[in-house]
Parts: sequence; structure tokens; C-alpha cells
Amino acid sequence: MNVHDTVLSAAMDDGIAPGEELLHVDNISLSFGGVKAITDVSFDILKGEIRAIIGPNGAGKTSMLNVINGFYHPQEGTITYRGEERRRMRPYQAASSGISRTFQNVALFKGMSTLDNIMAGRTLKMHKNFFWQMWRHGPALAEEIEHRKVVEEIIDFLEIEAIRKAPVGTLPYGLQKRVELGRALAAEPSLLLLDEPMAGMNLEEKEDMSRFIIDVNQQYGTTIALIEHDMGVVMDLADRVMVLDYGKKIGDGLPEEVQKNQDVIDAYLGVSH
Amino acid sequence: MFYREAGQFKTSYAADSAKFPIRQDLVAIWIYLAIGFLVIPVFGDKYFIEVIMIPFLVLALAAIGLNILVGYTGQISLGTGGFMGVGAYSCYKMATYFPDMNIIVLILLSGFFAAIVGVIFGLPSLRIKGFYLVVTTLAAQFFLEWAFIRIPWLYNYNDTGAINEITRESFGYIITGAQSDYTVKYLVVLSIVVGMTWIASNLISGRIGRSWMMIRDMDIAAELMGVRPLYAKLSAFAVSSFYCGVAGSMMVFFWQGSAEVEIFDYNRSFQILFMVILGGLGSLLGSFLGAAIIFILPIIIRAAPDYGIPIQAATADHISLIIIGVLIVVFLILEPLGLARLWGIIKQKLRVWPFPY
Ligand SMILES: Nc1ncnc2c1ncn2[C@@H]1O[C@H](COP(=O)(O)OP(=O)(O)O)[C@@H](O)[C@H]1O
Ligand SMILES: [Mg+2]
Repeated sequence: MNVHDTVLSAAMDDGIAPGEELLHVDNISLSFGGVKAITDVSFDILKGEIRAIIGPNGAGKTSMLNVINGFYHPQEGTITYRGEERRRMRPYQAASSGISRTFQNVALFKGMSTLDNIMAGRTLKMHKNFFWQMWRHGPALAEEIEHRKVVEEIIDFLEIEAIRKAPVGTLPYGLQKRVELGRALAAEPSLLLLDEPMAGMNLEEKEDMSRFIIDVNQQYGTTIALIEHDMGVVMDLADRVMVLDYGKKIGDGLPEEVQKNQDVIDAYLGVSH
Repeated sequence: MFYREAGQFKTSYAADSAKFPIRQDLVAIWIYLAIGFLVIPVFGDKYFIEVIMIPFLVLALAAIGLNILVGYTGQISLGTGGFMGVGAYSCYKMATYFPDMNIIVLILLSGFFAAIVGVIFGLPSLRIKGFYLVVTTLAAQFFLEWAFIRIPWLYNYNDTGAINEITRESFGYIITGAQSDYTVKYLVVLSIVVGMTWIASNLISGRIGRSWMMIRDMDIAAELMGVRPLYAKLSAFAVSSFYCGVAGSMMVFFWQGSAEVEIFDYNRSFQILFMVILGGLGSLLGSFLGAAIIFILPIIIRAAPDYGIPIQAATADHISLIIIGVLIVVFLILEPLGLARLWGIIKQKLRVWPFPY
């Protein structure tokens, strides 16, 4: 996989040393009408780590990711990303500052091929303007090909060569999740948010996906926030784990510590997952 | 010759991302172009060229315009007739003010006026979707129709309320007006339509086209990938209306000769929309197929008495309406991607023929 390092990793350098704080969330509260989705949660994500967020359904995990990438605006609290404090930001600003994500319910571009979906992840890196695009041949095509190379590396990496030209709407669910990871990777994010990337997968698919997540984290040094229900996977992958329940943080620490935490055990009792 | 990709290996990403990856497709395109530019001008008679080919090309261009908006960007519009009218009226006004300017230049410039108006009426799309957008674009249509009637300045205070083409020469040929040569007119229309189709296909296969399709397929994810809905939607409205505006100008100057507001009314909007639906949402080829079916089918059926089938003109029109209506319903239910998709399936079958497994 040497090729990947040459093309992909360089651009992920965001000037923050591994182990330093990449993201800091302070006293976030978010509610929808009467429903409190998140109540006064603070936590941080360090550069280079895999940070798991766990908790029963409805705990506010997805809402937390939506807050981080600017999709929801919390009523209270602040987010500090790469040393910059922000209260409100638009999703595309989050994208251009290096946050990319996958969705709990696959949100691929159904009418487009695998290739185009992953090319879509390169949108922010392509700059040839309308007039070049009209002409296409020349600079616009050169740019297209340059990005196509990176996309092909991602396709190799995720082992989805065979479905390169397939419309993603026709793919089985497990592969769709993989394509979605590819699309998020194509943006060369410094912070990658994965919302239940293994939900609904069989054991083999889960193993593949775990391997990809570890590879991404180790080869490219990409920081990852991972929402996952499978405790086995979380224990294997995560450097640190935060636990949410009813919108409140009830645990935070190393996987082994969290596993022993009585509040966490209680929260998970009787909850099917 | 068999329709095969065997033996054609892509050795570069450039070749692989070419628009016609199978050589026979590219050959087919060149054959169509040769027919369009050489065979038809030489062998086509006045009736065929003036009554069938020119209108077909003009409507196909409008269908491409609408397809960019509806098929590629997922923003529905019923304002097509109005946007075509903006092109036509602005071309007419420019031809009045700048009598010495080349009419082809004016026709292309008129697209910009349509684009501006399209962007203005596209603004609501930033907030609303689906049915509500249908309503606001229909409102735009009615407003524009009203303007074409109530603002006499637009038709130079004519008593008739109509705009007329003006005789214009270009490169030594009379290309508009009563004395113009139909073959020359046809070649001008064909060149504009081919050129603009080529540009549309370039836009669609690059970053901008992808951002339109991203908005169409999943606007939330598109925004999280860095697409700004404002730019994507409004650029689609602008390009779409530009195409419709140019089609509208050509309609007056190369096809109808003169125009009243009726030819740009909401019926036109529906006609173009049906072309897009029948031909195939999100397909340039489909825009041509749709225009062919909806415009040419009624002409063929109306000609039935010539072949000894005794039906009256009114009945013939009803029959075409029924056939088109049924086709639209069938396509909406069974094959939303239209004729273009059927064509794709046939090609896929051909590729593996005669061993389908
Ligand atoms: N857009 C929304 N509108 C209203 N309520 C919402 C919205 N998004 C999330 N919620 C509510 O917030 C709570 C947390 O949801 P979510 O973050 O999806 O939980 P999780 O991902 O942990 O299962 C739930 O009660 C959910 O109903
Ligand atoms: Mg969730």
C-alpha cells in the first residue's frame, strides 16, 4: 500500500501533532422543542486517536456528530476545532476545514456510480471553474484525471474494484457502507466521523470494515470518531470511549475502564443492541 | 460489426473516463453527425427540414435545458415556456437596438437574459422543494406570460402584439426572415444545438455536473461534501434557462417566423417536461428521443390519411394525445429513466448477445 501514502497522507497534515487536542466540545446542550437530545456534554478528541461514542438508541450519539459537523446548532456550548472556537458553522464550512463523515442510514448519491460517489468526495479539492468545465478538454480534464488517480487508490484500498462502475443504488448494503467510507476518505479528512459503520453487517463484513478503519487510522494518521454498538468492535478499535445515555455523558475513558463502570453497565442492561 | 468492448482495453484514466467508452458508440455519434450535417441538407426537402428537423432540434435543445434542471439537479420547473419567451423577446429587442449585430451572436446573448431571469425565479428553490417549487415556477410562468402581453415595449408597440423575425444576413447568407434559405437555417440551428449539447455533456461529466447530481440525490450529504446548495442550484437554473432561452430565440427566428405569447405559454412548459420524462430524466440522448416522440409522433399520425388510413385531423390529434398520455404514465411507473434507459438496456443485451449468460 505504499502508493497510498504518497498521494493521500500528505494532504491530511493539519499542523497538529499526534496526541494533541484536535477537537474540544464544551458544555453542549441541544434540544428539539421539548426533547433534550444532548444535555451539557463536554469531551475532547485527540489527534490520531480512534474515539468511540457509545450508548443506547436515542442517547444522542448521532446528534453529537451532527453538532460537530455543523448540521445541528446547539442551544448552548462551544466547539473548538483545531484551536478555533466556533458556535455556529455551516456543514460546508466543516467540510472545508477537514471534517468528513458517514451516515447511520447510508446517504450515498443513489443515481451515481461508485466512482462518481467517491469522486464527489473530492469536490472541495477541485477548482477548475465553469469555463474550463464547459470546454473539458485541457485543464479541467487534467484535474479530473489527477483526482481520479486518488479515487482509484481508495477503490483499491477498499477492495471495491469490481463495482467501480456500478450504480450504488443496486449494491448490497454492506458494499454501500464501504463506498460511503470511500467517499468520506476521498476528502482526505483530518477528522473522520463514522456513524455506525458496521450496523447491519455480517461478521465477515464487520471484520473487513474494522480492518479498513484501523488501516485508515494507522496509515494516514486520520483521527476518527466512531459510533458503534458492537462492544467487541469498540474494545478492539477504540483508544478511548465516551458513553452517552439520555443525552448525558455517563462515562469517559479507556475501553477497559468504561467497561467496568457501573453506570454504563446499568445503562446497557435491558437494552438490545 | 458487433457491438463489443472486446479487445478495447483502457490504458489510461483519460480513456476510461471518456464519454463513449465503447468505440462503436463514438462511431455512432460520428454517423449521426454526418447524417445531420451532410445527408439531410443534401437530400432533405423543404418540408422535412422546415417542418420536422428545425422544430425537433429547437425543442430538443429546450428539453436538454429542462433536463439539466429536472433530470440532473432534481429541481422541478414548469416555467420553461416563460424562460424560452425571455430568450425570444430579449433577442427581438436586441435585434431592434443593434441591427448590425450578427443574429447568431444575438441568439446566444439572449440566453444570458433568460439565465438571469431563471436565477431570480430559481431563488425559492433554496428554501422549498418538490410540489411547492412546481407552484412557484408555475407562478413564474404566469408572471412572464403576463409581462409579454402587458409590456408593449417588449414587442415594440406592435398592433398585433407579436414579435417578428427580422431579415438578417450572416457571412453572406440570409439566415432569417422570409427570403432565407431553409438549408442554411437548418445548418445554423444544427450547429448551435450540437455545440450546446457538447458543452452540456462536458459540464455534466465534470465537477459541476457532479455537484448538480449530488444535490439531486442527497442534498444533505452534498452539503457535507462541500457543495454549496446556493451555487449548485442557481447555476443549474442559470444554465438550464440559458438553454431554454436560446431555444426560444431560435423558435422565433428560425422556426415560427413570428411569435405571440401563446407559443411560450404553460402548454409549452408541459410539452418540454413531457419530453424530458419520456426521453429520460438525466440523459442528454433522452432529451432528443423525448423531443422526437412528442413532436414527431403527432405529425406521423396526422399524415395517416396519406397512407390510406381515413382519420380526421382532430381525431389524429386526439390519438396522439392519448398515446403520449399513456406512454407518460407507463414510463413514470415502470421506467422513470425513460427511453434512454430502454436504449441502454438494449445495448447491454447486444453486448452479451448471442450468449446472454
Ligand atoms: N432532527 C430531530 N428532530 C427532533 N428530534 C430529534 C432530531 N434528531 C434527533 N432527535 C432526538 O434526539 C434524541 C437523540 O437522537 P440520536 O442522536 O439520533 O440518538 P442516537 O444516535 O444515540 O441513537 C432522540 O430522542 C431523537 O428522537
Ligand atoms: Mg444514531
